[in-house]
Amino acid sequence: MDIQVRVWRQQGPADQGRMVSYDVKDISPDASFLEMLDVLNEKLILDGDEPVAFDHDCREGICGMCGMMINGVAHGPERATTTCQLHMRHFKDGDTIDVEPWRAAAFPVIKDLVVDRSAFDTIIQAGGYITAPTGTAPDAHATPVPKLDADAAFEAATCIGCGACVAACPNGSSMLFTAAKVAHLGLLPQGQPERASRVVDMLEAQDEAGFGGCTNMGECTTVCPKGIPLTLIGRLNNDYRKSMGKR
Amino acid sequence: MSFWNDGADIADQAAPDGPIETRWERRQFSAKLVNPANRRKLTVIVIGTGLAGGSAAATLAEAGYKVRSYCYQDSPRRAHSIAAQGGINAAKNYRNDGDSVYRLFYDTVKGGDFRARESNVYRLAQVSVNIIDQCVAQGVPFAREYGGLLDNRSFGGTQVSRTFYARGQTGQQLLLGAYQALERQIGLGNVEMNARHEMLELIVVDGKARGVVVRDLVTGEITTDLADAVVLASGGYGNVFFLSTNAKGCNVTAGWRAHRKGALFANPCYTQIHPTCIPESGTHQSKLTLMSESLRNDGRVWVPLARGDSRKPGDIPEDERDYYLERIYPSFGNLVPRDIASRAAKNVCDEGRGVGPGGLGVYLDFADAIARLGRHAVEEKYGNLFEMYQRITGEDPYVVPMRIYPAVHYTMGGLWVDYDLQSTIPGLFVIGEANFSDHGANRLGASALMQGLADGYFVLPNTINNYLAAGPFEKLSADHPDVVAARTQVEDRLAKLLAVDGDRTVDSFHRELGHLMWEYCGMERTEEGLTKAIGLIRGLREEFWARVKVPGTGEQLNQNLEKAGRVADFFELAELMCIDALHRAESAGGHFRGESQTPDGEALRHDDQFSYVAAWEYGDTPTLHKEQLDFEYVHPSTRSYK
Repeated sequence: MDIQVRVWRQQGPADQGRMVSYDVKDISPDASFLEMLDVLNEKLILDGDEPVAFDHDCREGICGMCGMMINGVAHGPERATTTCQLHMRHFKDGDTIDVEPWRAAAFPVIKDLVVDRSAFDTIIQAGGYITAPTGTAPDAHATPVPKLDADAAFEAATCIGCGACVAACPNGSSMLFTAAKVAHLGLLPQGQPERASRVVDMLEAQDEAGFGGCTNMGECTTVCPKGIPLTLIGRLNNDYRKSMGKR
Repeated sequence: MSFWNDGADIADQAAPDGPIETRWERRQFSAKLVNPANRRKLTVIVIGTGLAGGSAAATLAEAGYKVRSYCYQDSPRRAHSIAAQGGINAAKNYRNDGDSVYRLFYDTVKGGDFRARESNVYRLAQVSVNIIDQCVAQGVPFAREYGGLLDNRSFGGTQVSRTFYARGQTGQQLLLGAYQALERQIGLGNVEMNARHEMLELIVVDGKARGVVVRDLVTGEITTDLADAVVLASGGYGNVFFLSTNAKGCNVTAGWRAHRKGALFANPCYTQIHPTCIPESGTHQSKLTLMSESLRNDGRVWVPLARGDSRKPGDIPEDERDYYLERIYPSFGNLVPRDIASRAAKNVCDEGRGVGPGGLGVYLDFADAIARLGRHAVEEKYGNLFEMYQRITGEDPYVVPMRIYPAVHYTMGGLWVDYDLQSTIPGLFVIGEANFSDHGANRLGASALMQGLADGYFVLPNTINNYLAAGPFEKLSADHPDVVAARTQVEDRLAKLLAVDGDRTVDSFHRELGHLMWEYCGMERTEEGLTKAIGLIRGLREEFWARVKVPGTGEQLNQNLEKAGRVADFFELAELMCIDALHRAESAGGHFRGESQTPDGEALRHDDQFSYVAAWEYGDTPTLHKEQLDFEYVHPSTRSYK
């Protein structure tokens, strides 16, 4: 199939950036979206142009490194699918596809489609862990965990930290990301001792990093490639309320 | 003309002898300690933030060392350990099915086709139980049963259930555990994290590893970082094949640069071809995706009995199907180890009975499992894998059998280390997939996660003391001649890559190299093919340096410059892999030499000649040093899964 892509090109953080059109010919419907960009880049290099910079690594939907706005939607048109797992069979011959970086105050553009998401790491540093230094652990069976809790914790823990939730949110909020970690750890008995401080510290870090506030729009969960549910934000708010004054 | 020189034998000086059950305890007791007040004066550089590097950096920082950590991704959470699906082994014997430390040790030595070091493997099995405890304490949400206790599944090459898992995302959950521990240490100021940085050279001063040269991938700035010890946790080199299940960025550069500086590289030809991957779909293919081996617990592997049978799988009656693994290996069936399952798939495809495009595929069929357990139970176990398969292929595996084909997955070879995980360069430690030590010629499923975390949480933090006790070492400045020389080497190399300005892209060379390696150094190797490959690799390498085109400059985010440097190192590694494969005129594990097989086509080892680790010294003509392997406990036998 032949398509046209309009790609955001931006030399660096200080550059203004603009959309540039390219024709990409003879793409297999079985190619992934990133493989389509690979084909484009091979051509750009041989033509003496600079290839499009984009982040990607595992290309199997788990590392969370890839991510771009495709026709205005984070990770593109398929539900619960990262950009690397989106295949060209979901587009039509002759389509024009717009490709842009995540756009959020807390994720400044580095170059083209590459953004700086280190603010996510900062939120985790503030409390997204259970303090359990190596060697201090009791036997793994010392504390049984009800299966339903373990399963729910796992569901929350599947967040890949890609940032689609922030990119989709009109407020540029990272609430779904933070809520997923708060739920993952808060659902487990091992996570109880730090439950109160965790939620308060992570929210503070989130605000300091420049993310916007949550107004329950739900755009985040709609684009989340791992389907992290919006209800976790309610859970976070509940934890937060109970934590007031407890830290 | 010989492709290599023979050098003197080497030995592992750090390994204690005596009863194997107490070797690790005795080594820990004999190792020198560093008192807590002195630890803050010692700095350790850790390259890579996967299971091994992430857990090591966090644990060393908890112990009080100053740690500086590097990764090429934008966050330490993205290292490729995250993609491991199936699970992690541990000798907990929670199933009461006869498992023990000794059995895990035995299975691993046997699974490695008697080419691993007994002392290391025994320690790995011992430490495995602590890993599960540690991960549960960190909040890793392993699968549990209704009683609240941990669930287990079985994996290839074993007859007990000792694999702990978190649906099909075990690597992700374990890595996030290590990542969170690491982030906590970063927050406390004990670890300085440098994401989007790549190590391009090792700094060796007075024979000791003292630092690294790194490139900031965003600004292109080259800097040197000096420390008391360097830990490489930089993963495997499967991407030498271009198409593999590795992440696109995985590379050998850190290890290869250390090799060029004097670290021996052991068993480079031992590569694991994983039997259950999604087949290639066309020339655009940029990587291959693994379908977890755990699928073989319930999926049945088959091909049509007749050659060139083009009927749809559902139209082929039961008696015209060949469940070839169950037929050839009745006692292990679909759960034979990876090397055996891969070669069997290749054989049936070579016979013309393969399915899908190009006849390069076999079926992995869940119809029986769905009938037996119900769709819900299958979904519960493998849901995310089935979704992934459907997303990539556009086919629904609940209805149509999956098509799978082997792909390069893991590399057992790596930098040579002693029992302390120290390389032949003092002060350079190598952990996880980057070293060679525990899996012999073939790794069993769910053992990579175990080894990465064993090395990072429990082994290295208890052995590196012995080296650091002699520190802090003499303070070095950035203008020390050896430091400047290392830095200049990096700058010159990058300038050279940019200056070629030829007419072929980096990827086109990488693809061609990978194709060559798959053809001649893949699932079956022969003297003739390997000799030919070495010539072809040398020719292609020359062409690379004459014709490669790297756009842009070095002073910016330049992903093609990053790739070019990695591919340049892959060329050198590829040649060494072929030489190693050529010299090892036996079949062992993942290394199958066409000339060395039994009458019924099984791998034939030659213990009298090849019961050693091949440790290679860098040179225009590499030099072979042998570390003889002794088997006091598990006596080499013909590995049979029939």
